[in-house]
Amino acid sequence: MSDTKVIIAGVEWKNPVTTASGTFGSGMEFADFVDLNKLGAVTTKGVSYEPWTGNPVPRIAETGSGMLNAIGLQNPGVEMFIKRDLPFLKQYDTKVIVNVCGKTTEDYIKVVERLGDSEVDMLEINISCPNVKEGGIAFGQNCLAVEDITKEVKKYAKQPVIMKLSPNVTDIREMAKAAEAGGADALSLINTLTGTKVDIYKRKFVLANETGGLSGPAVKPVALRMVNQVARTVKIPVIGMGGIMNSEDAIEFLMAGATAVAVGTANFRNPTATVEVIEGIHEFLNQQGISEVKEIIGCLNR
Amino acid sequence: MAIQKRALITSQVQIAPGIFSMWLKDAEIVAQAKPGQFLSLYCNNEDRLLPRPISICEINAAEGSLRLVYRVAGKGTEEFSALKKGDTLQVLGPLGNGFPLEKKKAILIGGGIGIPPMLELAKQLDCEKSIVLGYRDVTFMNDNFQPYGEVYLSTEDGSDGVKGNVIDAIRRYGLKADIIYACGPTPMLKGVKAYAEEQGIECYLSLEERMACGIGACLACVCKTKEKDHHTNVQNTRICKEGPVFASSEIEL
Repeated sequence: MSDTKVIIAGVEWKNPVTTASGTFGSGMEFADFVDLNKLGAVTTKGVSYEPWTGNPVPRIAETGSGMLNAIGLQNPGVEMFIKRDLPFLKQYDTKVIVNVCGKTTEDYIKVVERLGDSEVDMLEINISCPNVKEGGIAFGQNCLAVEDITKEVKKYAKQPVIMKLSPNVTDIREMAKAAEAGGADALSLINTLTGTKVDIYKRKFVLANETGGLSGPAVKPVALRMVNQVARTVKIPVIGMGGIMNSEDAIEFLMAGATAVAVGTANFRNPTATVEVIEGIHEFLNQQGISEVKEIIGCLNR
Repeated sequence: MAIQKRALITSQVQIAPGIFSMWLKDAEIVAQAKPGQFLSLYCNNEDRLLPRPISICEINAAEGSLRLVYRVAGKGTEEFSALKKGDTLQVLGPLGNGFPLEKKKAILIGGGIGIPPMLELAKQLDCEKSIVLGYRDVTFMNDNFQPYGEVYLSTEDGSDGVKGNVIDAIRRYGLKADIIYACGPTPMLKGVKAYAEEQGIECYLSLEERMACGIGACLACVCKTKEKDHHTNVQNTRICKEGPVFASSEIEL
């Protein structure tokens, strides 16, 4: 059996596979389908300080090999997360990464502080959601803002901080460098690409929010290119995501320089996708006679 | 618990323009299925990523099969309509809560493609019931309901039954009930909710919204609620998980 352990910002995962935020809830709905113990980590849906209602419906549309979502980070807030969702997740032998969202720097800090004495293993700071008007992507598209918010969050965070980057920028390497300069312990990318869809019969946008975030296989080549660019630019580890549907996709990201990967939209098509990706990585390593997954991580860049 | 598997198609026929009736055989899913629940159907063409939620129309427990009646609305349902007896289809289900089976004098209301899920409910409800079916123009499946109660029709173009909508038919025939069950387009459900409130009748509505996962994770298919929802602690509830059937008094349309 090959060794699939990876270490990200000092935290050891049993394998390099987590869930992309917003596609796995807090794991509860998926526990019926997969053994959460098998995952390297579970990344939760975005958690804000107060509960958020999210956007009006329709919130979702299918596109060619992809989907647009404009959920708007509906979530019960950090208190309910700590009271209900975290004890549930801690029953399992997997790392818990909380995706943190906010509208202002203070919002992010309040959540980060509240999680400080919890059993959460890592924080993923969502400065890249395209579906919230304030906060979210407003922070993620400006180098100075990325560096500043990273610095601020790092002052209060007790856990390692992963900054989640937006692909909706001119040069993602600049954002990655800014987050690294701000003290980020790791990066995750990509969040969704802003897109839209029109109902030509109703002459209306399909989504109530008009635009949404594109995910799924349609974005994979873009995500892979960006992960590779960033992995070549920064020294901190990169968690790669964007259209990973199976283990071959995941291995591409690992070879391009991602230390770990997240499975997102695939969970909506196949609730057992995460575990299938993990099993597929094991199979590939065994087949190829590779004893440690580390051997393939970033092999394209060496 | 929902089951994920490939199910065998045992028959498929077109019953009206663009409307198809498909029987799937799967004893395991059927053993759990209740009227008002739905299945997620996955396209064989993987470019169409998301499952299509289709409500259960009929359950044949003895044969371990169930019937889905659906309208071809896009490329996904078009793909399903081309499948034939002997083909298989990836499904996940049964999903959702289903209708509560009360022993009260009932009116069952189905509108358009909201008619199919009322059939198994009509079969399983052990009470006096009136069945009101609303169509735009072409009627379908109304014969299927005859054995289970008095059937009343409305059509928007007046080609059959009462000209108008389902509430027009209820008023025209002076139908009375202690409970209403309904499934159909949102404007119809709004009308049914208002009518139930006006008459002080208990009422359950089956809702539809664009879904991604079907299992309560993505929060795409929400509906506004009067009270805060236990799941997210806001006035929004998940149609796929807490629904699709809600007491009309709990939700806002």
